Amino acid sequence: MAAKDAPPRWDRKMQQRLARGEAAALGELYDRFSSLVHGLAHRVLSDERAADGITREVFVHLWENPESYDPKQGPLRSWVAALTHRLAVQRLRATETAALARSGEGTSEDLERKVRQASVAARADYIVQAMPAPLRAALELAYFQRRDYRQTATDLGVTEDEARRRLRLGLQLLATAHDTRPSGAPPEYGGAV
Amino acid sequence: MTGGTSPFDAYDDDPEDRSGGTGGDAGGDPGAPGDSGTPGGPQAPTGPTGPTGPDGDDPGGPPRIPLPRSSVEDTGLPLPHPTTAPVPPTPPPPPPAPLVLEHRVLKALLGAWALAACSAEEALAVEEHLGTCGSCADEARRLREAVGLLHPAESLDLAPSLRTQVLETCLGRRPPRVPVPRWAAPYDAEAARLDALLQDIGDADWHTPVRLRWFEGGGPVSRRTTVAGVIAHLLTVDGLVATALGLDDPLDGLEPHPDDGTPTARTEAYWKASHFPPTRAVRAPWREQSHNIVRTTAFTGGGADDSDTSGRPAVSYCAFELPLRDALLDRAFECWIHAEDIAEAVDYPYEPPSGRHLHGMIDLAARMLPLSLAERRRTGLASPPRRHLAAAGAPGRSLRLEIEGSGGGEWLIPLDSPAGVGSAAHEVAHVALDGVEFCRLTAGHVPPQEAAAGQNGDRQAIQDVLFAAAALSRM
Repeated sequence: MAAKDAPPRWDRKMQQRLARGEAAALGELYDRFSSLVHGLAHRVLSDERAADGITREVFVHLWENPESYDPKQGPLRSWVAALTHRLAVQRLRATETAALARSGEGTSEDLERKVRQASVAARADYIVQAMPAPLRAALELAYFQRRDYRQTATDLGVTEDEARRRLRLGLQLLATAHDTRPSGAPPEYGGAV
Repeated sequence: MTGGTSPFDAYDDDPEDRSGGTGGDAGGDPGAPGDSGTPGGPQAPTGPTGPTGPDGDDPGGPPRIPLPRSSVEDTGLPLPHPTTAPVPPTPPPPPPAPLVLEHRVLKALLGAWALAACSAEEALAVEEHLGTCGSCADEARRLREAVGLLHPAESLDLAPSLRTQVLETCLGRRPPRVPVPRWAAPYDAEAARLDALLQDIGDADWHTPVRLRWFEGGGPVSRRTTVAGVIAHLLTVDGLVATALGLDDPLDGLEPHPDDGTPTARTEAYWKASHFPPTRAVRAPWREQSHNIVRTTAFTGGGADDSDTSGRPAVSYCAFELPLRDALLDRAFECWIHAEDIAEAVDYPYEPPSGRHLHGMIDLAARMLPLSLAERRRTGLASPPRRHLAAAGAPGRSLRLEIEGSGGGEWLIPLDSPAGVGSAAHEVAHVALDGVEFCRLTAGHVPPQEAAAGQNGDRQAIQDVLFAAAALSRM
């Protein structure tokens, strides 16, 4: 809830508190981001224990290297999501590569396709979570509740024009999950809030 | 997509930025009227509600799309039968006119189209348009693919033990300069567990009725509230710890002010002061306060060890005081018990605290039993002591409290004076209970007569202690 609307001030303070070695800050950090981190890792890896492992890695990284996050570069939430995504995709590629070497079944193209699919699915999840609530609500009605755009407009109390606009904009944002960025690009996650 | 101009920023604040600004919309070409050579051309696309100008849209204005015409199938008239129609005596009814919409309107429909959320006529018009418009076709394909990425959010419950493990791993790798005192850990953990439950429940669940139960004097009492009301209760009573630590009191500025500082009076005052029943909005202040409490104990608590340094503030519950560390154990306990109340009301599973934390809670209750016993004696609710004025610090008649299961242990409860010391040599009774059962007894959720306790020895002493345990409970 409030997590998404937190002002950048929270991010800055958190970074300072972590740098100061405040254990209570670590707990708050976990409480705010653990479900995001675990959810994304699970979307990529489809494995509970592996997702637990990534969760541990992400928080250890931030606790040991609080200065690696620079509040000026963007929200902590996006940064944490990007870090999670990177670590989870790395782990998926490593386990899949090992499996490929072991069994000899499949090709490296299959592997890359699988990694890419998992990566896109996780990014899509994040985009949906991070998009403005009105867009998410419109998509929710039209897709999950199978309302047409006129009903969606009525349900949301907006014009039909606006309902169409929200559906299109929401999907446009979601479509950016397919965009690939050069590897090694600075942590930036879907350009999202 | 980059920061400043991303649609995230533009949203909401900028009603003018309609459908533009997200890229892809190459200059909002106002769809030349004749751009479709489709049948019915001449009579399209304006109608009574047609477009009024290139961009003269106002949010409340008429829809830009002509309303879908009713097709002949919907009119109840017989369908024209081309093959059997001989030379008609009258001109044939015009064929149902396909919907002809301009490019701009069709483009705006792409999202709804991709989600199959527009009318059949509109979908047909869009699809025809896609055959002739490359930019719309590209976008349509992109949006269709995006629909494939939507799926229900899976709600995965994070195991509470993961929090402990992750935090311990972190702190092992880089020891904190400002640690959280060990005695604050149960409160920290219980608040986090409850918060995770709250995150999972739906808006409506916040108004689910909950009956708070406790034990007063001779028997059980209860008070009806809602899930949100329970969190408001925790917020106000945690506020006693917050104020002792110099933090803001959630009751500040409340009218009417509570009659006194007891947990019950504070809660009732808080409930009364809001015009509307509490909603899920109460979660954020409760959580913020609990985080602030933990944080502040780290700065005032004097290290992670268990030594009880003096000068630490005591927390006043009005009728009694507790040292800060015990008060936090008490709040951890209450947090768990009320989380159970909530979980039961909304039908979620909820586990007891970890053994380590449970042990601290049981220990606190065991240490408070002699006081509770004395209080019940004072009010004539328990049998008088056998040996008057047992010297302070002297061993006296004792009851062995054996707590089984995770977090358990053994305690010798002095029976005759709160100042007395439990003594195995003077043991007159022995009670054995499961740890969680004992906690539910001290929470007033299990009547003392029904507590599943193995007992042995002085029956009166056992009954007095079990009732004194139940009497530890409050709202």
